[in-house]
Amino acid sequence: MSILEVKDLRKTFGKNEILKGISFSLEQGEVLSIIGSSGSGKTTLLRCLNFLEFAESGTISVKGSEIYNGVSTMILSDAQIRERRLHFGLVFQSFNLFPQYNILKNITLAPSLMKRDTPKVIEARAVELIERVGLKDRMYNYPCELSGGQQQRVAIARALALNPDILCFDEPTSALDPELTGEVLKVIRELKSSDCTMIVVTHEMEFAKNVSDKVIFMADGIIEETGTPKQVFEDPQSPKTRSFLSKSLEKYND
Amino acid sequence: MEKFLSVTLDLAKGFGTTLQIFGLTLLFALPIGLIISFGSMSKFRPLRWLVRIFVWIIRGTPLMLQLIVIYYGPGLIFHWDLMPRFTAVMVAFVINYSCYFSEIFRGGIESVPKGQYEAGQVLGMTKSQIFFKVILLQVIKKIVPPMSNEIITLVKDTSLARIISVYEVIWNAQVYIKLDGLIWPLFYTGAFYLLFSGILTILFNLIEKKMNYFRG
Repeated sequence: MSILEVKDLRKTFGKNEILKGISFSLEQGEVLSIIGSSGSGKTTLLRCLNFLEFAESGTISVKGSEIYNGVSTMILSDAQIRERRLHFGLVFQSFNLFPQYNILKNITLAPSLMKRDTPKVIEARAVELIERVGLKDRMYNYPCELSGGQQQRVAIARALALNPDILCFDEPTSALDPELTGEVLKVIRELKSSDCTMIVVTHEMEFAKNVSDKVIFMADGIIEETGTPKQVFEDPQSPKTRSFLSKSLEKYND
Repeated sequence: MEKFLSVTLDLAKGFGTTLQIFGLTLLFALPIGLIISFGSMSKFRPLRWLVRIFVWIIRGTPLMLQLIVIYYGPGLIFHWDLMPRFTAVMVAFVINYSCYFSEIFRGGIESVPKGQYEAGQVLGMTKSQIFFKVILLQVIKKIVPPMSNEIITLVKDTSLARIISVYEVIWNAQVYIKLDGLIWPLFYTGAFYLLFSGILTILFNLIEKKMNYFRG
């Protein structure tokens, strides 16, 4: 059984149809990269999965049970939405750490508010996560004292603290200086080896090629092409994919 | 010397009234201002416009006019009994300052990036948890400078209370002009105002410093 099954997701903003029927599935421990030019709907797709936007039709199922159905959303209460979105974690392009709290508190805040565990257990788990992203010596620093790459690593730890089934990344390195993208991608790569299921919206073609199990190329609100990295990058079928890839690769060869 | 002491006592008494107006206005106008700011940001359009028009009227007319209308209006229009003068002063000041504060709150709340709300949402927080645990302190940090400005203006605005014969410090000083032909008690009131707004300035600088540990 797939851990995630998305069927025919559609979303419009005003007259613009951003998602025109998106369907895909994901197995436990798989890493899915979503590539495509800006405006193709990648970010909107992630936001629909995390209930920051609500798709007008289509279904989302996690571990075989339907958690979202575009037609019947009206009956979801705030509490249900909160509970169901916790199947997913989201790491933002702009980190969005809470500036008034130190790193440790940034990570423990949500689990403490939910009273998921005793404060001691929550803190121990947070410390463990901070070590995992390599920031043990910055635990009591505030976000403004950290580099962008470090902030993004904290954001990853913060999302992991809630044990999501699927962790989503929305262009996690796009707001970073080039020399800082490596440390963030390294953390994501390490998560893969610990059986974490992930969806990564990215412009880092090398990363998508080397780390993911599955690649989706989106264009104009539809999945134009999908397959293993090998299939998509080395033998793209659609002309749109080919032209996108050759443009992306030009950047590297300049 | 004896005169100086008696004037000091007299002015201190008047300044007591000034402080009372000041303190009570803050006590009521801060929370009411927050509620009004929510109204002016409401997604329900009729409410939003109603609140914004009200704020526009209150901010767009002189406090002095509002004092007179609130004190004499109900009696002249509805033939109600006059309310106590001090009550009328408080009603006018609280309404007026709530509206000013609400705009400061609105500016502060709207300046917090959307990403902060979304981060709270995807972490499963409730709306009130997001507001109180994530947003509020960032808002407070942003509004300290405009708030300190407005609060120092309030100290001086209290002198308008005399327009409906609530005897605050300036009134008490002016009595000496008629009584003894003395002008210095009037200048002396300035010392009271300066001292008090000086204390407030120091206090606000402290708060600002205290929140310097984070950026956002």
